[in-house]
Amino acid sequence: MNEISIETTALNLFYGDFQALTDVNLRIPARQVTAMIGPSGCGKSTLLRVFNRMNDLIEGCRVMGQVLIDGQDIYDEKSDLIALREKVGMVFQRPNPFPLSVFDNISFGLAVHRLASRKEYPEIVEKALRSVQLWDVLKDNLHQSALKLSLEQQQRLCIARVLPLRPKILLMDEPCSALDPIATLHIEDLMQELKKEYTIVIVTHNMQQAGRASDFTSFLYLGKVIETAETVNIFTKPTQPLTEQYISGSFG
Amino acid sequence: MSREYFRHQLRSLEKDLVDMGLKVIAAVRRSIEALKKLDKAEAERIIADDNLINHQRWDIENRCVQLFATQHPLASDLREVVSFMDLVTNLERMADHAKGIAALVVRHDQTPLLKPLIDIPRMSEIACTMIKNSLDAFISQDVALARATIDMDDEVDALHEQIFRELMTYMIEDPKAITRGVYLTWVSHNLERIADRATNICERIEFMVNGEINKG
Repeated sequence: MNEISIETTALNLFYGDFQALTDVNLRIPARQVTAMIGPSGCGKSTLLRVFNRMNDLIEGCRVMGQVLIDGQDIYDEKSDLIALREKVGMVFQRPNPFPLSVFDNISFGLAVHRLASRKEYPEIVEKALRSVQLWDVLKDNLHQSALKLSLEQQQRLCIARVLPLRPKILLMDEPCSALDPIATLHIEDLMQELKKEYTIVIVTHNMQQAGRASDFTSFLYLGKVIETAETVNIFTKPTQPLTEQYISGSFG
Repeated sequence: MSREYFRHQLRSLEKDLVDMGLKVIAAVRRSIEALKKLDKAEAERIIADDNLINHQRWDIENRCVQLFATQHPLASDLREVVSFMDLVTNLERMADHAKGIAALVVRHDQTPLLKPLIDIPRMSEIACTMIKNSLDAFISQDVALARATIDMDDEVDALHEQIFRELMTYMIEDPKAITRGVYLTWVSHNLERIADRATNICERIEFMVNGEINKG
């Protein structure tokens, strides 16, 4: 059995009276790419945000059940939210670099979390940029504004920005939806590199992307996990009729 | 996953396809050797070994289906994966023909062959060369080699025609020779079909490389 990175048990989530997630029992393997697919509003982004407690910011949001990350219940009262956010990094749909230089975008998290001394920054920045294959392109322009980069480079930078915090898990919410097909393939290739060290959970509307880029796929519908399996099995022989209908385009 | 994974999978499929092709060539050659010696034990082994080739065919086909489902190949990538599926089907059928020859060896009675084998081994060697060429042309995407190999099929057809006529005269002269004569006719027919399957592969190579389908 693969090492499990994230495990949810009887997870239910409400926004006020609306139940967005129902009885989610999920085991996400470590150092693999797991894709969440499903029609709009099925709860896949909500579920992703459960894993680093981003939903805490939403008024009226209630979470019940258990979410274990590396065996620790992240919704336990004693759970350290800052430590959780270090461990679980997030990359968003649209690249959202800070309006700072490339260098400062990466060192920002180090300063906030006081994870390194200033003189260590250059080495850490270089390592992070190398991980996302930006170093060779940007090494001579580290102090240019991150906003001047191409969209793909900005998204790579946003991934690089998370890495110095030494996360174990990378959450990606539609990370390629603002990118063209070639840039999308580049980010997917990058995921294959990153999964050697990180557990990756990606939410995508793009079933082709789930097929290409993930090892495991979960199909969600109306807040429930309908089926989770190895991606090749989900796309060739799903066991649930709803999954079959969604994959084959009968609905959604 | 993604391009690097996809290319890696294609190379892995190529390797297994060539391995399967070499097994098919070996099966054809072994079946003719077994026929020459009327070696029933070897013929039984050839029939049993055909299962390995069948399994390999399903394994390659299954991997192609997975590539369609997860990688959504397009353009030349699409044609290449489609071609893999077509090739394994053709190779598997060639192996069935070799098995058919082995089955005739098993059915043959203890009397010697109707006549010494001269043209059948020649036909077998040309067919095996066609299989090998078709695999080489597939791997190197060599349309010229594929076309030259298709031309070799005429030689096989001519030999089949010649063997058929010769065996007919034996059978007309001596009705007791009919069973053994029919068996050798079937051997020749199996070899002729193997060469046709190699021709199919070569036609598929043209489709893979430039998208043209020979509808002739």
